[in-house]
Amino acid sequence: MRKFLDKIKPNFEEGKKLHFLQSSFDAVETLLFVPNITTKKGSHVRDGIDLKRLLIVVVIAAVPSLLFGMFNVGIQHYLSQTEYIGNDWKSIIPIVGFWQIFFYGFLKILPIIIVSYVVGITVEVVFAQIRKHEVSEGVFVTCMLIPLIVPPDIPIWMLVVSLTFALIFGKEVFGGTGMNIVNPALLTRAFLFFAFPAFMSGDKVWITQSQDAISGATPLGSAAAGDISSMPSIMDMLLGFVPGSVGETSFIAIALGMLIMIFTGVISLRILLSVFAGGYLMALVFNLWGANELMLIPAHVHLIMGGFAFGAVFMATDPVTATQTASGKIFYGFLIGMLGIMIRIFNPAYPEGMMLAILFMNIMAPLIDHVVVGRNIKRRLKRLKIKTN
Amino acid sequence: MSKTYKIKKGLDLKLQGAAEKLVKEYRPKMYALKPLDFIGVVPKVILKEGEKLKAGQQVFYDKKRENIFFSSPVSGVLKEIKRGPKRVIEEVIIEADEQQEYIDFGKEALQDISKEEVTKKLLASGLWAFIRQRPYDVIANPEDAPKAIYIKAFDSAPLAADYDLMLKQEIPFLQKGIDVLKKLTETDIFFNLHKKINQQNMYSELKGVQTNSFDGKHPVSNVSVQMSCLNPLNKGEIVWHIDATDVVAIGRLFEEGYYNHAKIIAFCGSEVKNPRYYRTIHGASIEELIKDELKQDNVRVISGDILTGTKINKKGFLSAYQNQLTIIPEGDHYSFLGWILPGFKKFSVSRTYLAWMFPKKKHKLHTNLNGGERPFVMTGIYEKVIPMDIMPMQLCKAVLAEDIELMENLGIYEVVPEDFALAEVICPSKTDMQHIIANGLEFLRKEMS
Repeated sequence: MRKFLDKIKPNFEEGKKLHFLQSSFDAVETLLFVPNITTKKGSHVRDGIDLKRLLIVVVIAAVPSLLFGMFNVGIQHYLSQTEYIGNDWKSIIPIVGFWQIFFYGFLKILPIIIVSYVVGITVEVVFAQIRKHEVSEGVFVTCMLIPLIVPPDIPIWMLVVSLTFALIFGKEVFGGTGMNIVNPALLTRAFLFFAFPAFMSGDKVWITQSQDAISGATPLGSAAAGDISSMPSIMDMLLGFVPGSVGETSFIAIALGMLIMIFTGVISLRILLSVFAGGYLMALVFNLWGANELMLIPAHVHLIMGGFAFGAVFMATDPVTATQTASGKIFYGFLIGMLGIMIRIFNPAYPEGMMLAILFMNIMAPLIDHVVVGRNIKRRLKRLKIKTN
Repeated sequence: MSKTYKIKKGLDLKLQGAAEKLVKEYRPKMYALKPLDFIGVVPKVILKEGEKLKAGQQVFYDKKRENIFFSSPVSGVLKEIKRGPKRVIEEVIIEADEQQEYIDFGKEALQDISKEEVTKKLLASGLWAFIRQRPYDVIANPEDAPKAIYIKAFDSAPLAADYDLMLKQEIPFLQKGIDVLKKLTETDIFFNLHKKINQQNMYSELKGVQTNSFDGKHPVSNVSVQMSCLNPLNKGEIVWHIDATDVVAIGRLFEEGYYNHAKIIAFCGSEVKNPRYYRTIHGASIEELIKDELKQDNVRVISGDILTGTKINKKGFLSAYQNQLTIIPEGDHYSFLGWILPGFKKFSVSRTYLAWMFPKKKHKLHTNLNGGERPFVMTGIYEKVIPMDIMPMQLCKAVLAEDIELMENLGIYEVVPEDFALAEVICPSKTDMQHIIANGLEFLRKEMS
C-alpha cells in the first residue's frame, strides 16, 4: 500500500498533471498513514494526538447513542403498529425479535449516515481543493451527529439540501473547520426545522410511520400539550425507550459517550457541568412558579427529557463554537442550560429549546470571551498602575 | 531561606536516556561561535579567515549595537566563516591550538573599580553577551537599569543538566560572579532554586542574592514563571537574566583575568549509548563526541533540550546559552492508520490513546509531527501547561493578527517563546506556537525601535 502511494505521489506535485487533485490525494494518504513530516521549528517532539484522533474519539463516543437509537427506532415503529397495540417495549422485544427490531432501525438510519457522509465529505473536499488546503477532519464529527438529530423518516433530498446549506454557510464561508461560528450539525437541524416546518413540526415525525400507524408523541410533546399523565416513566427515559430523535432518547447511552469524552479530555467539563447546572436551576425556578403543567415537571426529569442531555454533551461542548476562556465556559454553559429550559417551557411550539439555545449561545460566545479577555487585560493594566503610583 | 513557591501547572515529560552523573573531559579541536544563537544580532566579523587569535579575543560585534562583542572561547586560528542562505553568517569556526593562550584582562579588586569599568570589562571580554533581558529575550543593554536580575540555577526541562553537578566545584567563582553583577545594579538578584532538583544547602553560603525556593513541574525553571510569582514584569520595565554557569565564567574573568568559558554539559537522549556529562568549552564541536556514541544513524542532534533546543548537524557545535546535547530518533516514517489504532505505545498527554494505562513509562520520543497542521480547535488545554496569568491562544492570535495593542495588553512582554514550548507539544492542531511568539516579539522589537 505504502509503495503504491509513493509511486503515484509524484503525479500530484506542483506542476504535474494531477496537481489540482493534491488536496484529495493528501486526504486519502493521511487517512491511511500518519505522515512522515517531522518537526521543523520549535519543540522537537510533539504529542501523539492530532485532530483526527481527537475527533475520532467524539465519533466513538457517539456510537452507543447511535446503536441504541437504531434499536429504538425499531421499537417505536413496532409499538406504533396497530397489530401490536397495548404492548410496551419490554413485551414487544420477544414478540417481534431483537434483531428484527434492530435491523428495521438500522436500515432506516444507514441511508442517512451514508448520505450525510457523502455530502459532508464532498463539500469539504471541494472547498479544500478550491483553497488548496488539506482536507480537514471536522466533517467526521458533523456527519456522525447528523443522523442522531434528524427524524429517521426524513426525505433524503431534504437532508442533502439542509446539510449542504449548513456546511457551506455555517462553516466553509468562515474558513472551514476551526473557524466556524455556529455548530454545523445543529445548523442543519435548524435549517430543516425552519425551512420545512410542515414536515418537521408536530411530534409524530420522530416515529417511522406506515399506513395504519397510530400516533405517538414525544414525552416533551405530550407534556407541552398539557398531557403530563401520558408521560413515560423516568426509567424509560433514562434507558431511552421513548419517541424522539435517534441519538437523544437514551440518557444512559449519552452518558456512556460523555464518560469516554471526559476521560480522554476531549470535552470541557466546565461547559458540561454548567449546562446541567443551568438547566437544573432554571427548572427548579419554574417548579416554584408552577403556572402550568410543563413547569411542574421535576427539575431532574427535565435534564433527561428530550434533547437536553444530547445537546449538552455533543453540541454545547464543541470547542470551536463554544467560548474559549475558562470562566467564559462556565457562563456559556450555564446560559445554554437556562435558555434551553426556558424556551422549552415558554414556547411549546418549539419544545426542542436546546437546539435554539445552543445556536444562540454559539453566536454569543465571542462576546463572552471578549469580556473575559478584557478582565485579563484590566488585571494587567491595574498592576501597571499600582506600579506607577 | 525564604518561602517556597509551588507551581501547580506544567508537565514533566518522562524520557529515556538521562545522563549519568559522571563527568568526563572532552576537548575537541574545533570550536565555533554561532551568531544565530543571539536573537536580533547582525554580526560584523572583525578578523579574517586564517588569522591567529587568543582566547577572549573579539571575533565579531553586533552592527546594531556596536559595543556588544563576541569573543573566541579558545586560542587558535580562525578557520572559516561559514555562510548560509542569503549570506547569513552561520558559524565562525576556530581551530584550537594545543597550548591555550589567553588575553589578559587584568585583575583588580572589585571594590576599587567603578560600575563603568566593570561594564567595560564585561563588554570587552564578550561575556556581556550572556546577560539577556526581558522583554524580547535579547542581549541586555548596558545602559538600562533592570528592575531585577535572575540567575538560572536549575533546569526542569526534559533530561536537563543537573546544575548542582555543574556548579559544585565552582561556588567561589559563582560568588565572585554574583559580586560583579551586584556592581552593575542596585536591585535584587534572584537566585532561585528548586525544592527537589537542587540540593539547597550547597548554595547556603552565597551572599548578595535573594534565594527563593520553587517547587513543581516544568516550566518552573523558566524565568517568566519565576518572575510571575515574585515580581511580574510590566510594560516598560526590564529584567535581566543569566545562566549560573555563565555567572561562573564572569567570576573567573574577574578572579583570574582570563576569559575561560569552560562548562559541563549533559550528553543525553534515548539514542546515546552512554549518556553522561562532559567537561568542555563553550562552542565545542560535537563531531568527535557523538562519533561512537550513537545507537543508530537516523537521529536528530539537538543543542539544548527537546523543547527549546536548536537542531544542529552531526558536525555542528554547541550553542550559546545551552548546557545540554540531546539526541533523539528522527520520526520521518509513516505509521499505518496511526490515528485510529488503540495506541498502547503512543506518547500523548491526553488520554485518547490507550498508552494512559502505563503512566510511569519512560518514553523514547521521536520527531514526527504526528499529524497535520490545522487551525486552532481545542481550547483550555494550553492553560494547563502555562503557569502564568497569560491567555496563550488569544495571545497567539493577537500576534498572528499583528495587533500591537492587544499583544501588549495580553502580556507579550512577560513571555518568551520557551514558555509556549509545552503548549506546542500538546497542541492537537500542531501549531508552531514558539515560532509565532518569536515572530511577535521580533515584530514588536522592530516597531518599537
